[in-house]
Amino acid sequence: MILDVHELDVHLSGLHILQGVSFGVAPSGVTALLGRNGAGKTTTMRALVGLNPGTGRVLFDGADLAGKRTHERVQAGLGYVPEDRCVFAGLTVTENLRLAARGETDLDLVYNLFPELLKRGQQQAGSLSGGQQQMLALGRVLQNRNRLLLVDEPTKGLAPKVVTEVAEALERVGATVPVLLVEQNLAVVRRLAGTAVVLAAGSVAWTGDATHLLGDAELTTSLLGVGR
Amino acid sequence: MSTIVLLAVTGLGLAALYFLVASGLSLVFGLADVLNFAHGLFLSVGAYATWWAADFMPVEAAVLVGVAAGVATAVLVELILIRPLYRRTIEQVLVTVGLSLAGVALLQSVFGADPRPFPRPTWVEGVVPVFGARIPADRFLLIGAALLVFVALAAFLRYTRYGLIVRAGVENREMVTALGIDVRKAFTLVFAIGGAAAALAGSLAGIYFTTVSPGTGGSLLIFAFIVVVIGGMGSVPGSAVAAILVALLQQFVNYYGGSGAGDVCVVALLAVVLLWRPKGLAKA
Ligand SMILES: Nc1ncnc2c1ncn2[C@@H]1O[C@H](COP(=O)(O)OP(=O)(O)OP(=O)(O)O)[C@@H](O)[C@H]1O
Ligand SMILES: [Mg+2]
Repeated sequence: MILDVHELDVHLSGLHILQGVSFGVAPSGVTALLGRNGAGKTTTMRALVGLNPGTGRVLFDGADLAGKRTHERVQAGLGYVPEDRCVFAGLTVTENLRLAARGETDLDLVYNLFPELLKRGQQQAGSLSGGQQQMLALGRVLQNRNRLLLVDEPTKGLAPKVVTEVAEALERVGATVPVLLVEQNLAVVRRLAGTAVVLAAGSVAWTGDATHLLGDAELTTSLLGVGR
Repeated sequence: MSTIVLLAVTGLGLAALYFLVASGLSLVFGLADVLNFAHGLFLSVGAYATWWAADFMPVEAAVLVGVAAGVATAVLVELILIRPLYRRTIEQVLVTVGLSLAGVALLQSVFGADPRPFPRPTWVEGVVPVFGARIPADRFLLIGAALLVFVALAAFLRYTRYGLIVRAGVENREMVTALGIDVRKAFTLVFAIGGAAAALAGSLAGIYFTTVSPGTGGSLLIFAFIVVVIGGMGSVPGSAVAAILVALLQQFVNYYGGSGAGDVCVVALLAVVLLWRPKGLAKA
């Protein structure tokens, strides 16, 4: 396992949000982190990267992340793409990319995945469309050498064509870097994910083969509250 | 006509002082969310260090000593007192208010409460004729210094790596750390920059008012805070525009409406801007 999460607990504003979450992320391929709205997916991702305070044990490639601050975790190779993109609106596309560059970067890969970003280098990120902002949020992280990617709902609110583009990019990246992906779009999950971890009310409710989960209508309905 | 020109240029000189104090205050608040009431202390330290050093060297060089003292004070304050208290707003306010009071008391005990005559370079003693008005040359020194600092700050923010980090951090500090950047290093740097600008303002205020007293920092700080709020937290151009608005309004109304009326108008301007644009001029 590239990431081992053991009995992770998170309290926010006095509420016990995550209650003993344990799962592993395989050293290759895409692992999907699923669950209904409010199940605790974003809280988990933020705790892994150190933005939410948590207790329990998180091993990243065997090293305990306890006490490590957010920027140290990222520098250790944990690339994080947050929900809602969070590009810097007042900075240009190029500046957003330059800001996020750590050491040796591969901008060719980014421009290859998202040619739009090359065309719009001097545009303020705040004036990009939602889809373009998502490409920038991904590009910012994908230019670096990561050992694991945490990607939170990259297709949220995007038009079908852009969803496909983002999914293709993640598929290509997932071939070389392991990914923990939060995703509501089950077609995207089906296409990318090998393993699925399902959260419900702050705990892990199910872990297993993603194709198996999505092939079982009853299971998907009970865990995710949706049919196929 | 000549009165108007004199008032306008003097107002711009005052605006220069406000801008020098406000720009640092604004960046510190915008990036680190620290409301630094001790910022006036950096100004006073700069002024007194310049006053002290001028006994041994030309005033121009003594100003550099003042700036260095301002930077050193700001960095020490950030590292020792502010850093352990990030995200604890109430404690920060208490510590910085306490520090500014203690600082004034300390300056008083060392240098006395009375204003001390401040050294002035000989070349600011003259007057410059502009459209029939006779403008004291020190006004132009203040305006020129503020312009230089404005250009330098703009270049820093636009062209350097740390400038990029500061601009991004003002927008969303958490996201900067999530990109693998230790944003706290930028906090220290911004304090140092603010300390330098405030200390420069201290020396220039000494030259302009011809004296320095322990209370100088505090009285300029109040108007600098108003400038920061009007201009928009974290915006250097916003601070520049607001400094000019506030200082000109103050000068003209104090002259034509009686002394004190200008200060009331500044507070009224603050209220109007806050109702019209709650986040200040820079942010629509
Ligand atoms: N800062 C906070 N303070 C209090 N409660 C919080 C906080 N952040 C999240 N929560 C709560 O924690 C629960 C989990 O939130 P989280 O954002 O992790 O859900 P999610 O699975 O990502 O949902 P979604 O699919 O809607 O993005 C929710 O009930 C939410 O209201
Ligand atoms: Mg979420």
